This record gives sequence, structure tokens and C-alpha cells, in this order.
Amino acid sequence: MSVDAATVRRIGHLARIAISETEVPALQDELNAILAFVEQLQEVNVDGVEPMTSVIPMTMKKRADVVNDGGIADKIVANAPVTDDHFFLVPKVVE
Amino acid sequence: MTDLTSLTLAEARDGLAAKSFTAIELTDAHLAAMERARALNAYVLETPERARAMAREADARIGKGEGGPLNGIPLGVKDLFATEGTRTTACSQILDDFKPPYESTVTSQLWRDGAVMLGKLNNDEFAMGSSNETSRFGPVVNPWRRQGSDAKLVPGGSSGGSASAVAAGLCLGATATDTGGSIRQPAAFTGTVGLKPTYGRCSRWGIVAFASSLDQAGPIARTVRDAAILMRSMAGHDPKDTTSVDRAVPDYEEAVGRSVKGMKIGLPREYRLDGMPAEIERLWTQGAEWLKAAGAELVEVSLPHTKYALPAYYIVAPAEASSNLARYDGVRYGARVDGRNLVEMYENTRAKGFGAEVRRRIMIGTYVLSAGYYDAYYLRAQKVRTLIKKDFEDCYAAGVEAILTPATPSAAFGIGEKAGADPIEMYLNDIFTVTANMAGLPGIAVPAGKDARGLPLGLQLIGRPFDEETLLSLGEVIEQAAGRFTPEVWW
Repeated sequence: MSVDAATVRRIGHLARIAISETEVPALQDELNAILAFVEQLQEVNVDGVEPMTSVIPMTMKKRADVVNDGGIADKIVANAPVTDDHFFLVPKVVE
Repeated sequence: MTDLTSLTLAEARDGLAAKSFTAIELTDAHLAAMERARALNAYVLETPERARAMAREADARIGKGEGGPLNGIPLGVKDLFATEGTRTTACSQILDDFKPPYESTVTSQLWRDGAVMLGKLNNDEFAMGSSNETSRFGPVVNPWRRQGSDAKLVPGGSSGGSASAVAAGLCLGATATDTGGSIRQPAAFTGTVGLKPTYGRCSRWGIVAFASSLDQAGPIARTVRDAAILMRSMAGHDPKDTTSVDRAVPDYEEAVGRSVKGMKIGLPREYRLDGMPAEIERLWTQGAEWLKAAGAELVEVSLPHTKYALPAYYIVAPAEASSNLARYDGVRYGARVDGRNLVEMYENTRAKGFGAEVRRRIMIGTYVLSAGYYDAYYLRAQKVRTLIKKDFEDCYAAGVEAILTPATPSAAFGIGEKAGADPIEMYLNDIFTVTANMAGLPGIAVPAGKDARGLPLGLQLIGRPFDEETLLSLGEVIEQAAGRFTPEVWW
């Protein structure tokens, strides 16, 4: 399988990465090189093989349903680019 | 007094205990060495004040007859580990000046045991790379050079800063992480020892995530014993990481020097690649002979799905990365680039913040997880992964205790040498190491010889789950036979 220029633009949008028109051809070549490389997996017989979900057998651990952290709003917003009174600020979403 | 930066970690530990020197002297010697070696670009942040404060505390503990197993030992920390109040960037622009309000579990255990932090070490951006050339802080230089040449070589990646710093005497050991070979490949390129433990052995909490089902932390050190000492402090169960395993941590150092007599070691025929350089082939044969001389039994084994490990990796790892890196959106941390609306702000932020290799992997990951392609790519890759793991299980079930392979298909290459248009050429560096990640198994790279131009080459041992000890015993046999590898100081 290979991707065309429109697909490259679509993937960029899905990945939320702005792609300029001048970048599309090079990206298309690079992605197609990788897709061509992984194509050899098609020759493996995977009939009846379970997909891996956990590389080391383990049962899902569950923690007690209790509050064990919190009250650290200052720390949480400390690294944010734009904040106001413990809120993260983003461009207007609702008109 | 001997140069304190040329000691092994074990020698420094014993010297501190014998009061031959103080922790502050040991730390100062390393800080001075770091200053002289800035041309290597191994450290992206030096933390001398914190280092001296920690060293003085270590000396106070020694004075009181206290102190943990790493008391006063100066270490470097890969910039992928969150360090409380100290800038942590994963060497990406997108994290800007991020100062974590928490400490990663692995590093907190090092400080618990008395270690001293010298600073943060360079790596490929988000640990994506095999040459340490994708860092926002620029490439790391390998302290090794080809005979008669002053061309700058890469130290490997992604833990290139860790490997370079350990090889050049800029710390006694370093933390590193390994998703497809990022501990073992740079160790092989710099004549150092790199241990990737079993998946689940070390907590991933507080380590910047790349591919969560593959990432594992481990040490890079100058000797097998030093790696064992660090491993004991880094390993252990952590309730904050659900994939960390609740299992006692052995005293790994006890495994160093243990007899390997009668051990059955597999030589996988699928690792004998077409066009493999003769010197790699010779190194491998030599390693097998050393183990045989120590009493091990060498047997040829088959891991039939080996050739599919790297292509499956380049589906699984980017898929998980695309999901993990969705968090960098310019809202909660890092650098923001404005846009006319929210989506444009995300897209601009991520276009500017991520480097080319990271963008490429996020896009591949997004594509293979997208509607209509999930079954053909991701699901199939996860099935192939099951088969890769089964290859190893069959081997171990037949009584094989470890597998010996070359660590890398070549010695270190020049900076910029593999910057061509085809990303696959760079990816092939991990061809021998990536299988252990896909199967969750422990692997160690040990320096074993030099190539024709005087550059170090490493051998790899892959072990059974949670049997790092056997790897350390076998690794030490190779180390004893091959000797230590130290670059000449030119920087």
C-alpha cells in the first residue's frame, strides 16, 4: 500500500500537525518508504495467532478507589503557556 | 591521587568506603571533566550546585557511618527522566523549558540510595533515533574516533549522551531507556556496557513515554559489575506503573563472577545476515569461543521470525508514539504557537515543536491506526509480535538459557553519514536489538573487540524473562576475555 498527496495532508490533519504544501512530496516519499518496508509482514501466516496485548503475562492491577493525590493546582498549571487563576487558557471554541 | 573520573563505579564506591577520597572530591572531579568535554555535547544541562549539595550530604552520611549502596556516586540522567524542578525536555522543542513538579520513580530510587546527579544527558528527540542526531540540542559526539582520522562519529542513540558521557569519564554511570535498542546500540558504539531489563522490571513512571509496550529503563556503565550495581537500585515494583512487576529485586552484583559452566547458549542462525561484515562475524565467533572456554555449551538455534521484528516494530512503536505524543498540544505545558482557532493552534504548535523524525513517526502511527488500515497494519503487527515472542519461548523451553548475537551490524558511523532521504537505512541499526523489545526480554551489550579502524564493537546476550542475572554472569566472561575499552582523550 502507498499514500498519495491527499492522504499525506489528511494524516497531517488527523495527527494535528500543520503541513505546508512544499513539505508534502518529501513526506509522501518518506512515508511510502516506510510502508514499503513494513509490507513484508503480509507474507507471514498469522492465521489463528492471537495479537499480543501484554508482552509479559500479568493481571491488571487495581488500586483502592480512594483519593490519594490532589490539592496541587499550582503545580499542575505551573508549566502551562497561558493560564488564568488555575485554568488553562485556549483560543475561543464556542462562539 | 589517581584520576577519580577513570575509576569504575565499584572502585569509587570502595574508595569512598575506605575514605581514600570524599564524595565532594569525586563529584568535583566529574564536574571539571564535564566542563572540559563540552565539545562532546553529552550533557544538555549541568547541575553543579545540586551535585555538590548532594555530594556534601553523602559525605555527611559517610561521617555517620550511614549511606545506601550508591552513596556519593555521581551519575548522569538521560533527559527523558523527569527530575523534579530540573528542566526535562526529552530533547524536544515542544517541551520548551518544562520543569517537572515530580521525580521519576527510577531516579528517585537512585537518590534514595545516595547517588549524586551531575546533570541531564542528551538523547534523540523523544528517544526516536539511532544516532543522537535528532536532539533539539544538536548531535552528541562519540569520544571514539577512527584511527588516523578526526572525523566526528555518532555515539549511537537514542541514549547517545548517556553512552558518550560514560565512555568519556563524565559520570560513573548513567540512566538510559531502550525501546528498540536505545541502550544496547549506543553502548556497543562507545565500548560501554548497556543493560535493557525485562519489560516490567523498572517502573516507567515519570519517564517521557515513547512506545509504552516497549519502553524500559536501564543502566549504561563502564563494566558489567557497575551495570549490576545500578540495576539493583533502578529496579523494583511501583504501584504508579501498572505494568511494573511485583517481584523481589535480586542483588545483581552477586551474579557477576558466577560460573557459567554447563550453561546452554543459543546462536540464532537468522542473525547471520547476508552481507554481514566479516569483522562482525569474527567477533561473534570469538564471543562464542570465550563462553565455551568458560564451560558453556554453544548450540545453534532458530528464531524464524527474526526478519519481521524490525518491520513490525515500525508499526507498533509509531502507533503507540502517535497516541502518547497526542498530549503535546500547547495547552498544559511546553511551547505554544498561536493559530486562528483551537485546531490551528494545535497544528501550528505541533508542526513547530516536533522535529522531522518525530513528525514522521507520529504520521506513520496515525496512518496505521486510522479507520480501514488498523487490521492490515497494527493488528497484523501485534500478531507477528506474538510469533516473535514464541520463537524465543520455544528456544528457552528447549533448555537454552541465553542467546548470543552481535549487538549492531557495524561500528559507529560519522555524524551526517546516514542523513540520506531513506529513513530505513538508519532504522536498520536496530536489527539485532529490536527483537528483545518485541518479546519483552532482557538484553545486555558488552564491548568485545574493535573493528579494523580501532572502533569498539559489542556483543549482545538476550535472556529469559527476569533472568538479568544470567546475562550479567555471561557478560562478565566476555568482559574478562575482551578487556576494557577506553577512548584516548582528544577533546
